Amino acid sequence: MQHVAIADQVDELHDPTSFITKYIWSQDHKVIAIQYGSTAIFVGLIALALSGLMRLQLGFPDTFDFIDPSSYLQFVTMHGMIMVVYLLTALLLGGFGNYMIPLMCGARDMVFPYLNMLSFWFYFVSVLILLASFFVPGGPTGAGWTLYPPQAILNGTPGYDWGIILMLVSLAVFVIAFTMGGLNYVTTVLQARTSGMTLMRMPLTVWAIFVATILGLLAFPALLVSAIMMLLDKLIGTSFFMPALVSLGENLDYTGGSPVLFQHLFWFFGHPEVYIVALPAFGMVSDVISVHARKNIFGYRMMVWAIVAIGALSFVVWAHHMYVSVMHPAFGFFFATTTLIIAVPTAIKVYNWVLTLWKGNIHLTVPMLFAIGFIFTFTHGGLTGLFLGNVTIDLPLSDTYFVVAHFHMVMGVSPVMVLFAAIYHWYPLMTGRMLDEGLGKLHFWVTFLGTYAIYLPMHYLGFLGVPRRYFAMGTTDFIPASAQDLNASITIAALIVGAAQMIFIYNVIVSLRHGKKAGKNPWRATSLEWQTPDVPPHHGNWGPELPKVYRWAYDYSVPGAKDDFIPQTQPVLEGEQSEEAEAMRK
Amino acid sequence: MTTNIEKTSSFEESGVTGLVADWSSDKQAFDMPWGKLMMWIFLLSDTFIFSLFLTSYMKVRMSVTDQWPPVSEIFALTIYGVHVPLLLIAIMTFILITSSGSMALAVNYGYRGDKKTTAILMFITAVLGASFVGLQAFEWSKLIFDEGIRPWGNPMGAAQFGSVFFMVTGFHGFHVTCGVIYLLVVAWKVARGDYEKKGYAIVEICGLYWHFVDLVWVFIFAFFYLW
Repeated sequence: MQHVAIADQVDELHDPTSFITKYIWSQDHKVIAIQYGSTAIFVGLIALALSGLMRLQLGFPDTFDFIDPSSYLQFVTMHGMIMVVYLLTALLLGGFGNYMIPLMCGARDMVFPYLNMLSFWFYFVSVLILLASFFVPGGPTGAGWTLYPPQAILNGTPGYDWGIILMLVSLAVFVIAFTMGGLNYVTTVLQARTSGMTLMRMPLTVWAIFVATILGLLAFPALLVSAIMMLLDKLIGTSFFMPALVSLGENLDYTGGSPVLFQHLFWFFGHPEVYIVALPAFGMVSDVISVHARKNIFGYRMMVWAIVAIGALSFVVWAHHMYVSVMHPAFGFFFATTTLIIAVPTAIKVYNWVLTLWKGNIHLTVPMLFAIGFIFTFTHGGLTGLFLGNVTIDLPLSDTYFVVAHFHMVMGVSPVMVLFAAIYHWYPLMTGRMLDEGLGKLHFWVTFLGTYAIYLPMHYLGFLGVPRRYFAMGTTDFIPASAQDLNASITIAALIVGAAQMIFIYNVIVSLRHGKKAGKNPWRATSLEWQTPDVPPHHGNWGPELPKVYRWAYDYSVPGAKDDFIPQTQPVLEGEQSEEAEAMRK
Repeated sequence: MTTNIEKTSSFEESGVTGLVADWSSDKQAFDMPWGKLMMWIFLLSDTFIFSLFLTSYMKVRMSVTDQWPPVSEIFALTIYGVHVPLLLIAIMTFILITSSGSMALAVNYGYRGDKKTTAILMFITAVLGASFVGLQAFEWSKLIFDEGIRPWGNPMGAAQFGSVFFMVTGFHGFHVTCGVIYLLVVAWKVARGDYEKKGYAIVEICGLYWHFVDLVWVFIFAFFYLW
């Protein structure tokens, strides 16, 4: 077929010359990735600051006058929404997905560069709309990141007039942006790989981002649909989600709607969203571990199938977020069972990471420290998931700090750990310079230990029955006064960890100019993105000729080989014992 | 698996072996242009949107407390004193299905390289689509002005009838409108000869979208007008 476009083009592409085409309206996937990444990190810092404000209130109630109950709820809501959607989803898929897919598959660019550019600018607009809600009358919505109706759009909830509308519009725009990007990622992976790069030779990073994108394309529609329906409820007075009710002594015009319908729609998006965030992290951490342990990933084929299985299962577990919304016991049983089944492929992945480390030549570089940290936080967060997946254990723990601790460990801290690992790992490729090792280690230890200082005590608070999202605990008999001391210590730890992130930001900015020159392939990695003719790669990535791939991405420490790594572009030697063939037989 | 894989694609085989060969091949998994694959994936995503709309509609309809309005009464036309249920919808459905036929012909002529006939057929498709949207506007105005149905309530029964009806048919009408614009743009470019070199896959991609919009209509028709 005659469909030559940029990604397939054999000729080298030339860098655009004007500033605007190079950095603003850029169609180069690498520039778009950096645009996505820096925007996401910027809003992420806002969300981090919000969490600091929340912790100040919780740790030292009655001390800070500028935090009232309404603004506290607004901080909770915006913190959650920004972190899950606008930071993690955007940075993992829009940022790393964009950067890594063409480079790791050996393409010159995404298959639809123009659409890719639009995707970023739509995302940018959605961020602007989101941030605008801080400046409208009433402020941003305080409905919690789940935005449950009926309270989300009723008088009494902060931001019920403007904030919620901007939030829903922003989400709808985000879904459009994601769809444009996602179509690109999936099509690029399926159709634009280079010669020799079969699906089962792709690095796990690409596999994971690929599956996560498919999840996104099928799950974000639910968010779009629920956002449209709630907007209609709010703006023109339909009653999709709104039952007949009395609010502040006033009979409202709503009648006969179903709030539980919203919960189903939201969590049909919300649970796959957990894996949209987690899967890319799984993929990237696999590659980081393999490179820095100088060993092929244990059970590559199992890892791929585990990613696919987790992705498929994530669509049939959503109602485990709704055990307290009352459901038929048979459904509770069904959703508890599917939830626990997900633990099987997930456990396979954890075992395989650990077995990759086993007898590996482990280099404790900063990316590797973060990767190992991830194995810890993810295992701990995952184990508490087994508690919460069971209906009977979930009911008393629901809406307590146990849940907060669980999901922060498993889908907050863990993907962030991998993001740090990935940034420390691929920063040399993106900028040509290394990040400072000493500052990186300081950043790691404060973050890693701080994580435990913050979230371990929260499990305990949850067992005490301290409810989440409360502005202040007040005088509740069943909560001992010492819980407050725990809260204060959590706050101090949280502020220290928050401050430690500034070390990271400083490191990233200063190393742009003053970092050690990285040279080509500083980690001595095999995968394709490090084999570009220039570091950082130019527009079009590959110089005059596309690379040819002869082996999988995990040929580390091959017996008899000259180096302890063999790049994917190196032809198979005569009589070489192939680890790939070995892995495929298993 | 050990040796250097030099084959570029493996689309010769058929059946299960062909499927396996496609998926295990390097470069590309499907023997089709990128745009076509992208359209398929987009339509899969869009299918989820419409399915969720329709599922929500079913849930709403089952759980409302008021009586659901008498659908076949509302969607009836009185012509020369004769009361004909579902007449307008039958005409609209007929038009849309017919437009799928002209679209299929356009794809066929496109691959033959007959750009004039292709452009004309695409134009006919667009005109049929536009008349569908026009009739929908007529239907909406009849419901709004004659029957007093509003998104937030109606005199016949459950308020959600108007809500879901306007939302889902509106969303579908939006798709048809986008499709008409898309068809006109592509038809114009076909007529201008833009695809002489690139090939006429774009007509088929356009057609995929159009057939999808038709298919969705069949479901909306069944669930709203016949249930």
